[in-house]
Amino acid sequence: MRIGRTEKIIHHAILVCLGIIFILPLLWMLVASIDSSAIQALKIPEKYTFQNYMGILSDPSIIRSFLIGIFLSGGQSIIVVLVSILAAYPLSRYKPSYKKSFLYTILFLTSLPMTAVIVPVFQMFLIFNFVDKLWAVMLFTAGTSLPYAIWMMKNFMDSVPLELEESAWVDGASVWVGIRRIVAPLMLPGTFTVLIFTYTGSWGNFFVPYILIQSPEKMPASVTIFQFFGNYGLVNYGELAAFSVLYSAPVVILYYLSQRYMSKGFSLGGATKG
Amino acid sequence: MEVTPNISGKKKISDNIKSSIFLSPALILLLIFFLTPMLLTIVFSFTNLALTGTQAQNLKFVGFDNFVQMFNDAELYNSIGKTLIFVLFSAIIGQCFLGFLIAFLMKGKNSTFRRAIGITVIAAWVTPEIVVGFSWVAFLGDNGTLNSIITALSGIEPIAFLFEYPMVSVVVANIWRGTAFSMMAFQAALDDIPLEVEEAAVMDGASRWRIVRNITIPIVKGTITTNLMLVTLQTLGVFTLIYAMTGGGPGNATMTLPIYMYQQAFVSYQLGYGTAISLVILIIGALFSLLYLRFLKVKI
Repeated sequence: MRIGRTEKIIHHAILVCLGIIFILPLLWMLVASIDSSAIQALKIPEKYTFQNYMGILSDPSIIRSFLIGIFLSGGQSIIVVLVSILAAYPLSRYKPSYKKSFLYTILFLTSLPMTAVIVPVFQMFLIFNFVDKLWAVMLFTAGTSLPYAIWMMKNFMDSVPLELEESAWVDGASVWVGIRRIVAPLMLPGTFTVLIFTYTGSWGNFFVPYILIQSPEKMPASVTIFQFFGNYGLVNYGELAAFSVLYSAPVVILYYLSQRYMSKGFSLGGATKG
Repeated sequence: MEVTPNISGKKKISDNIKSSIFLSPALILLLIFFLTPMLLTIVFSFTNLALTGTQAQNLKFVGFDNFVQMFNDAELYNSIGKTLIFVLFSAIIGQCFLGFLIAFLMKGKNSTFRRAIGITVIAAWVTPEIVVGFSWVAFLGDNGTLNSIITALSGIEPIAFLFEYPMVSVVVANIWRGTAFSMMAFQAALDDIPLEVEEAAVMDGASRWRIVRNITIPIVKGTITTNLMLVTLQTLGVFTLIYAMTGGGPGNATMTLPIYMYQQAFVSYQLGYGTAISLVILIIGALFSLLYLRFLKVKI
């Protein structure tokens, strides 16, 4: 719709103001990370430095927490992708009698707040002696991100035409060969979307490892960021900012790489099309 | 797209068997790590489960004791109230409204401009929650960015936002973080409105406000409902942001249900009572989730 000049200026002005408000807290992080004398407030650094980053990167315990984070999130994402591809296949290709109830349950589970089950999960971990076991934490987070992943994966798979697969079957291919040769390649963008979506969600997860992991040397980066606060009384803002940038960068980059596909899977748009 | 099976008598049974094989890994994981804990939430809320002391070895069913305690727990009522305020202001009013506003103002603008604004809003959303928490602690601190701006502009002494206005602080931070989700949902919906519809109304001399009220909003009504549900559920479970910013305090000013549950279960070691509180969260979440399923009218 065409709008008047004044109105257009007002729209732009409001958006610019909002944009500034949105960028201020993040801008501080970026600027303070290269400021040799970073403080709590946003200021132009008198001296630019990479010392903060060097400090982070030369600390073996921080590097270890990053590696643990990569291990936990990577492992979780791979499990989730494999399991959700397997689960999406029959939901998209076959007509099991329990399909409807299964999908409704999945959809119901996607929106439940995970915070609410952590206490019984912790108790389960105590009983089975899973506390501090990284693989157990990985399986738990994989389980909780499965519903959404299955849902997204099914929608992506629905958009791969069955005819292609059928013609492969006619040529004598088995179901497995059909999946490997036809479905999997066409599903690649969808698979990456689920992978990245799961990875970003897991990378940012503070709550679960904070509760389920107790040894400091097994904490992922999302938890070790805490060490910049509290313990010393005095916060090293430069290093905190550098840590935050290093910790946030991977997911921000991954997100932008996949944004085009992400919005498709994310809108739950397929939900209404079935 | 629904696949029509090749008609054969055994098709149904073989479909079920094949599907079960494919679904079994997912079912096992969901059963162990999702459905069992949900079930245990109900079971444990009837026990005296505790992390330390004699009760740790001596698990007993205590009937409705936890729930009786809940009825008499002023602190619990406080957290339910705080949760409602937090969800109402940060999710329903804040994120949903601001997301709509941004999407609405962006419509029909230069695409570079749209991208620039969109990226800043989305960056706030993609940044890990714990980092967002710390960034806002720094932003709102006595010597933080906001106070330096306020002092520079008006000369007012720095305000201790997190102590004087803790709820406002966490609500604003959560709006800041979550708005991108609503913005993206509304952008998609608004872009789908055919230009002619609104243009015809302009021709008829309708005012801007009337067009929004009588045309735009009714068309995106479905998106508004869906978005409200999702955002409410997401906000209901928020723990990390509040924990990093205020820890539920000062006093109990920002003690929402997830924080109170954490306090009871992992600080006071009353796992049984903590589970009873999580049951409350789970029930609220389940009710919203069911409402959501109804409104979405999913065709499976």
